[in-house]
Amino acid sequence: MVERSATAGPPARTRPGGPAAIGAAYDFVDRHRVAIAILFLIVLPWLTPYKALAVNILIYGLFAMGFNLIYGYAGMLSFGHAALFGLGAYGCGIPIAKFGIPWFLALPTGVAVAGLAAVAIGWFATRSRGIYFAMVTLALSQVVYYIVFQMVWLTGGEDGLRGVSVPALDIFGLELSLLDPTAKYYLILIAVALALWLFSRILQSPFGAVLEAIRENEKRAAACGYDVNRTRWAAFILSGLFSGLAGALYAIHLSIVPIETLHYFTSAEVLMMTLLGGMGTFFGPFVGALVYILLQDVVTVVTVHWQLVVGILFVVLILFFPRGIWGSLLHWLRP
Amino acid sequence: MSTAPILAAEGIGKRFGGFRALSDVSVAFEPGSLTSIIGPNGAGKSTFFNVLSGAFPPSEGRVRYEGRDITGLPQHRFAHLGIAKSFQITNLFPQLSALENVRIAGQAMRSRFDMWTKRETIAELLDRAEALLELVGLAARRHEIAENLAHGEQRSLEIAVALACDPRLLLLDEPTAGMSPEEARAMMDLILKLNEERTVVLVEHRMKLVMGISSRIIVLHHGQLLAEGSPDAIRSHDEVRRVYLGQTV
Ligand SMILES: Nc1ncnc2c1ncn2[C@@H]1O[C@H](COP(=O)(O)OP(=O)(O)OP(=O)(O)O)[C@@H](O)[C@H]1O
Ligand SMILES: [Mg+2]
Repeated sequence: MVERSATAGPPARTRPGGPAAIGAAYDFVDRHRVAIAILFLIVLPWLTPYKALAVNILIYGLFAMGFNLIYGYAGMLSFGHAALFGLGAYGCGIPIAKFGIPWFLALPTGVAVAGLAAVAIGWFATRSRGIYFAMVTLALSQVVYYIVFQMVWLTGGEDGLRGVSVPALDIFGLELSLLDPTAKYYLILIAVALALWLFSRILQSPFGAVLEAIRENEKRAAACGYDVNRTRWAAFILSGLFSGLAGALYAIHLSIVPIETLHYFTSAEVLMMTLLGGMGTFFGPFVGALVYILLQDVVTVVTVHWQLVVGILFVVLILFFPRGIWGSLLHWLRP
Repeated sequence: MSTAPILAAEGIGKRFGGFRALSDVSVAFEPGSLTSIIGPNGAGKSTFFNVLSGAFPPSEGRVRYEGRDITGLPQHRFAHLGIAKSFQITNLFPQLSALENVRIAGQAMRSRFDMWTKRETIAELLDRAEALLELVGLAARRHEIAENLAHGEQRSLEIAVALACDPRLLLLDEPTAGMSPEEARAMMDLILKLNEERTVVLVEHRMKLVMGISSRIIVLHHGQLLAEGSPDAIRSHDEVRRVYLGQTV
């Protein structure tokens, strides 16, 4: 669950003056990051106040992981990822609600719609850098918001898309009710687990190495022969696919698609979750989603001004743990 | 008898806003040669180097490589054409290990969008990176991250990174910048060795350093071509002696 796979690094270093056990633990966590992440997510619903909250953590964690691919691993701050998450949700919800298409076709449709949007948005955005990149992604996501907002006949507009009902899944003759929150959680976890495994695989691939190189030194990467903009574009599309999957699962989870999924506040939320957990770490986004959603849940009970309270707590946490919660932990354990 | 040049600059000029850094520089580089571009600080050597290596296009003139016009080609295409460079200011992947620096540079020649293979299973890339580190004398430091290497080691790593694409033409901008005299001499020996298999263009402002190893010298001054010729011809060139006044040429 570390930013870089240990492949090109030293075998096992020992921390000077520190117990070798910590280094060993670190290496163990690094090597088995996918399995450990999945194990954690398997027990998660038994640790949260109620099951629906765990589903939210799972889905937002996946969304933040997709976001982290370009933000943490490739150094591009997108402020428009709500468009990819939201289009994944609508792309999955509309076929179900309006055309009665089964979930197992609607889900990949949502992912594909988000992927196509990422192709288009990324094509424009990856030509710019830094704050301009953030602005282009924000502007384009606002365009998506207003289009969906206006197309009331298809999307439900302001009221959101209703009737995304998938009451039960029929998996090889096995009937599983989605009305049972526990069953729903574990079904969604199957998709998330696959995504985690795929994500880890991508990070370990030659392409993952190129992303690291570009984040480290764009100029040197170009001189080595990498087309930097095309690589950034490819990463943006991948990120869009993961975000879209999260959105599609969200539609099935809620049975509706609120227009807020496309709102720029959602883009800000995924950024906050990633920062809270630790940008550029494998499991940080899930930790961030967990902390953010739990905080929100607890604070909402106390005050309607939960955004203010969570905002202040966020600032304080980031001031003291600029690497994020999981990122700081890893840094501290790092041999 | 003359062979076709591997690289040719034709009437290169470069303006930065109102400032003219280069004017009408034309030179050709023979295959297999080791050419040094010298000149005092601010002469326009790096500007010329950047035009040759594709960092930015010239304001006027053309660059030809193996007869083909490469003026204004995007930077990433150069490595695939067989042109590699090292920078005057150390330009590495600071948080990556020395080994990964070279491995990732070599990977650009074969796997740029492979999202599936595990990178450590591509053995020939690792083997090649190890061999290049060995060549520049960094084998023992392979697992150190680039940022933690000593300055001289970083300069050597730059060379290994540049060599990773197996270039036919190697462009080096002051590879000895900031090095001790012993380190600089070792670097010159290495460059001479690299020249056995490829064409080398070397930028250097310390004239003495390159006199012994270069087959030809090009002198830039105030953005213009002041002189070109064999080291002996340059040594006895009146204008060059004046520019380098007070130094033993
Ligand atoms: N990007 C730029 N914008 C404006 N002026 C520049 C730029 N790059 C270089 N110059 C100017 O062009 C002139 C030539 O610079 P250049 O870096 O090519 O010199 P050099 O011969 O490499 O010198 P040195 O030996 O110090 O490396 C200098 O006066 C420099 O200030
Ligand atoms: Mg220079």
